[in-house]
Amino acid sequence: MSKSINIVTSTIVPINIENIDTDQIIPARFLKATSRDGFGKNLFRDWRYENDDENQPKKDFVLNNPTYKGKILVAAKNFGCGSSREHAAWAIKDAGFDVVVSSFFADIFKNNALNNFLLPVTVSEPFLQKIYDAVEKDANTSIEVSLPEQTITIAATGESEKFDINAYKKTCLLNGYDDIDYLLSIRGEIEKFENERI
Amino acid sequence: MAKTLFDKIWEKHVVKNVEGGPSVIYIDNHFIHEVTSPQAFKGLENRNLPVFRPKQVVATADHNVPTLNQHLPIKEELSRIQVQTLKDNCAKFGIELYGLGHPFQGIVHVIGPELGVTQPGKTYVCGDSHTSTHGAFGAIAFGIGTSEVEMVLATQCLMQSRPKLMRINVDGELNKGVVSKDIILHIIAQISASGATGYFVEYAGSAIRSLSMEARMTICNMSIEMGARGGMIAPDQVTFDYMEGRLFAPKGEEWTKKVAEWKELYSDADAKFDVEINIKAEDIEPMITYGTNPGMGIGVTGHIPALSEIEDREKPSFEKSLHYMGLEAGASIKGKKVDYVFIGSCTNSRIEDLRMVASFVKGKKKAEDVEVWIVPGSKQVEKQAIEEGIDKIFEEAGFQLRQPGCSACLGMNEDKIPAGKYCISTSNRNFEGRQGAGARTLLASPLTAAAAAVTGVISDVRELI
Repeated sequence: MSKSINIVTSTIVPINIENIDTDQIIPARFLKATSRDGFGKNLFRDWRYENDDENQPKKDFVLNNPTYKGKILVAAKNFGCGSSREHAAWAIKDAGFDVVVSSFFADIFKNNALNNFLLPVTVSEPFLQKIYDAVEKDANTSIEVSLPEQTITIAATGESEKFDINAYKKTCLLNGYDDIDYLLSIRGEIEKFENERI
Repeated sequence: MAKTLFDKIWEKHVVKNVEGGPSVIYIDNHFIHEVTSPQAFKGLENRNLPVFRPKQVVATADHNVPTLNQHLPIKEELSRIQVQTLKDNCAKFGIELYGLGHPFQGIVHVIGPELGVTQPGKTYVCGDSHTSTHGAFGAIAFGIGTSEVEMVLATQCLMQSRPKLMRINVDGELNKGVVSKDIILHIIAQISASGATGYFVEYAGSAIRSLSMEARMTICNMSIEMGARGGMIAPDQVTFDYMEGRLFAPKGEEWTKKVAEWKELYSDADAKFDVEINIKAEDIEPMITYGTNPGMGIGVTGHIPALSEIEDREKPSFEKSLHYMGLEAGASIKGKKVDYVFIGSCTNSRIEDLRMVASFVKGKKKAEDVEVWIVPGSKQVEKQAIEEGIDKIFEEAGFQLRQPGCSACLGMNEDKIPAGKYCISTSNRNFEGRQGAGARTLLASPLTAAAAAVTGVISDVRELI
């Protein structure tokens, strides 16, 4: 797992479906592992295969279409809703994605993604539509996501939009810092807080 | 300055504010279960860290456990390993485990309140999105991912940005046959499955005040289904009466002192919310969902939206959803045949839910071709149901009373609904494949589910009581 993010330039995998929940991203029956590895092969498992059979890929699902590949997943609004399972973020990252673009992310998924150096980029609804239009015209359309600049740009048209990320999280992602490193570094302050509480 | 209930609790838990970023929030109690904790413990091991405050962690096995023959070893290998891993980790790190066979075992969000661990004014997290349940006591409670589980195990803290605040006021009197599950399904249908994303919700108003603690838990439980970070209800006498005498509730003088403190936990009269929504209790019908997210709900006598009522942008998702469900746009849903009835989950598996179902089905029989599973939320609920003779009522009706666990809410154990079958379920999610690959879930209250169990079709419970 790459433990930092800077600029990601890649073709995209578009899934134009709203309210994609984490049960679709990784069905519950795959949550029985005790390690973080290997979830990628079951990403969108039930949208990808008929009868849970890898020999029966659903031809109309984008992950089975060799035309679309890349490190950027683009989905419609309310991506990652539902269960708090971090396995969803692990599966997406393990399948080779570094960025997920949507017009709206569910909160817990967004935190889980950030904790795994998977960058959630929230764009406006019109800009999301522009991305879908661009990829429909040309499946090889490329997108550049710059974390330092906080911009997302469609290479073919040059159209660009700024995205938000809080300054602390940005520093973490650029430098490969975890929240846990920070929290461990202030354990003394946490103990002091505990002692001062009634 | 006027403060909200949320801010009164939040401010007392801020260890420090990080510049340009989130706050470090102290967590009073951490609930863990077998599915979202193993990787967190592994993380601690990799860093050679202990659990910082093991006495503040409560563990149980719920997601994976079988609901039949719990005294036997778990048949499914991966589930058995995961449950065993939890046991090993709890022993190694000094955490109390209410595991299989323990009289306190049960669904994590049922046992916390039941044992008196859940208290007003505190902060709770769990690697499970339905942690919002505990907010019913006037606490800040929310679901987290496994990396965050590791952070809390290591430091009892989390980095969190203060969410925006929403208040939903439900005022007036509920109609006959309408219960708390209908209130929350109605709210989610009104504001959509993403309508509260980014917000922490406080539920208020006379209809909420009139609810029992268990009914309040049902409402807070489903906050996440509209995207909310959490849900909460100010504590009152109903809360204190429910808590008094419970195992971990304060006792004696400490109890009196705490109750006085808890009485200060409410949103001040002129406290500001970012969004406020008002709902009339009279407008709420017994609800049912027809689609594949909890926002796709209608009154049982209503009709599924026609395609012309759906915005163009949303049409592909809407059509995909109805195709999965095998339902027609514009059709009514009453009278639709069901194959399974599931009464259980952290939303509706408490003793009041079971009593509600029992009082409706007493003397009735289930429809012939319907299978009915009742899965109590905990060993204590199961025990109480047996003591009250509810188990006999279920038996006579042809319902199966199983053993506690998450069960068919998410089908991680053997309790799966077969592909293509319709299940009316008191759980919280109707996502594709949630109850088993290809399973079709219709979310409803325990009362509406019980009505369907008896008639074999989706029914208006108001006509039957």
